[in-house]
Amino acid sequence: MIDYSSVLSKTVTGLKKSGIRKFFDLLNDESMKDVVGLTVGQPDFVTPWHIREAGIESLQKGKTYYSPNAGFTQLQLEISEYLKRRFDLSYRPEETIVTVGGSEAIDLAIRAVVEPGDEVIVPTPSFVCYAPIVRMCGGVPVILETKMENNFKITADELKSAITDKTKMLVLPYPNNPTGAIMTREELEALTPLLRDTNIVVLSDEIYAEMTYDGEHCSIASLDGMWERTILASGFSKAYAMTGWRLGYLAAPAPLAEQMLKIHQYAIMCAPTTSQFAAVEALKNGDEDIRMMVEEYDRRRRYIYEGLKRIGIDCFEPKGAFYIFPDIRKFGLSSEEFCNRLLYEYRCAIVPGTAFGDSGEGFARISYAYSVKHITEALSRIEAFVKAL
Amino acid sequence: MDNFLKLLEDNATLTHEQLAVMCKKEVGDIKKMIDQYEKDGVILGYKTMIDWDKTDREYVTALIEVKITPQRDRGFDRVAERIYNFPEVQNLYLMSGGYDLAVLIEGKTMKEVAYFVAQKLAMIEDVISTATHFVLRKYKDKGVIYGVVDVDERGNCG
Repeated sequence: MIDYSSVLSKTVTGLKKSGIRKFFDLLNDESMKDVVGLTVGQPDFVTPWHIREAGIESLQKGKTYYSPNAGFTQLQLEISEYLKRRFDLSYRPEETIVTVGGSEAIDLAIRAVVEPGDEVIVPTPSFVCYAPIVRMCGGVPVILETKMENNFKITADELKSAITDKTKMLVLPYPNNPTGAIMTREELEALTPLLRDTNIVVLSDEIYAEMTYDGEHCSIASLDGMWERTILASGFSKAYAMTGWRLGYLAAPAPLAEQMLKIHQYAIMCAPTTSQFAAVEALKNGDEDIRMMVEEYDRRRRYIYEGLKRIGIDCFEPKGAFYIFPDIRKFGLSSEEFCNRLLYEYRCAIVPGTAFGDSGEGFARISYAYSVKHITEALSRIEAFVKAL
Repeated sequence: MDNFLKLLEDNATLTHEQLAVMCKKEVGDIKKMIDQYEKDGVILGYKTMIDWDKTDREYVTALIEVKITPQRDRGFDRVAERIYNFPEVQNLYLMSGGYDLAVLIEGKTMKEVAYFVAQKLAMIEDVISTATHFVLRKYKDKGVIYGVVDVDERGNCG
C-alpha cells in the first residue's frame, strides 16, 4: 500500500486550497441552479467572430503543428507593436514569450527569479496565485495589505516598510482583481525611487490593462528606469474575451526573457498553435472589439456602483477590471458569513473578500461581467438581504 | 449620441433611471433626449424580438423582388408608398442592382402571399415584374440569432 503522504511534496501539500475555489465548489451543487451569481471572473462576451474564424481557418488548413517555443514570430511581432501602440512600451519581438494564459506568464516570472528564502511583496487583496507560486519556489510572500482609504493602491510608505534586504520581487497587480483599483502614472512614479536603484524585479500583472475607465492605463515599465527591472505579464483572456483559448504573454528585457523561456521550453514546449493564429488576428484587427466591450463594462460599472450605493452599501468606485469590491463591514458579519447567508437565504452568489487574502475581510467581490437584467435581479436580492439584517 | 441610440437599440427595456446611470446623465436629461428623438422621428418605436417558430402561430414570409417604372418627379417614392401601406408588408427597401424594390411580406399561408402578389402588388401601375422567394428559415434578424437560447455556460474560474 502506497503512503501518499510520504510521496507528495510537503511544499505542495502545505499549500492551502484557494478560498475562491472553496466558494465556487459550493455553487457547483445541483441545488444551486436557482442562484443568481455575480461570481464569474471572465467576460460574458464571446470571442469576436473574426478572431474565432482565424482559429478555425488555421485548423482547416491543417496548421496543427508546434510553434517555436517563444511563439510564432508573427505573433511576437504583433505583441511588440500592440504594446507600443497602446502603452508606449518598447519591446523587441524576441523580448516577448507567448504563454499558456497570463497564469503561466506569472508562474514563469516568479520561477525565473525567486530562490529559497527570497521575499516577494504581494499586495492583497489580489488574485490568488502569486503567494502559492512563490512558496513553491521556496520563497517567502510578504503580504502588503492595501486599504480602502487609499483606494486599494500601494503607497510609497507601505512599500518602503515591506522592502528588506531579501526582497527579490514586487508583484504589481493593477488594474486589480478583485478591488477594481488602478494605479495612475503619478501613483506609480511615487513608488519608483524605492525600486530604481535596487535589484528588485517588478512583476506587473496587466491582464486587465484594457479595462481601465476614466483614463488610460499606465504600465510601470514605461516609467523612467523601470523597463530594465520589469516583467510584464498579460494576455488575451480579458481584453479579447478569449479565456478558453489559454493564451497570454510576457515581455521583459532579454536577460530575463531568455531564462523564462528555458522554463517554458521544458514545461510547456509552446502555447496552443490554434490560439496563436487567433491571437494574431485579435491584435491586428481587434482594437474596435475592445473598445465596444470596454464601453459596455463601463456602463455596467456605473450601474452597479450606483445600485450598491442606493441600497446603502459603501463602495470604492472601481476604475479598472470588471469587479466591484463593496465594504460590508457595517453589517457586522464576516465576509464568509455575509456571502453564505446571501447565498443560502437569498439565492445570490458573490465571492467573500477573504478569498483574495486576509485583507479582504469585510469586503466581497462582485463581478459585473453580466447583463444589466442579471445585475438588476442580483441587486434586488442583495437589497432584500441587507434590509433584513 | 450614437452610443446612446445604440444602447437603446440593443435593449429597449432599459429604464430612464438605468440609462441615466449608465450614460452619466440626469434622469430628466434622458427623458428630454428620448422625447426629442421621438419628435424628430429618430426613434420610431419599441418592439420585441419574438421567435414565432417556437409558438403555434402559422405564418409564411416571402421576399419579393419588384421591378418598377420610376415616375416623373416622384422617382420610386410614390410606388414605394403604395406598397408600404399594405399591412402585409413588413420591410421595403429600394435596391441597387437587378431589381428596384425588395418587399418582405408576411402572410398566414402561401396562398395568402400568392394572392397578395397577384392581386395587390402586381396590379399596381408601374410595377413591371415580381419574383417571389419564400423564406424557409430565419437564422438572424436585427443582430439577434434565432433558435439559440442564450445559456451562461461560463465556469466559475478566476
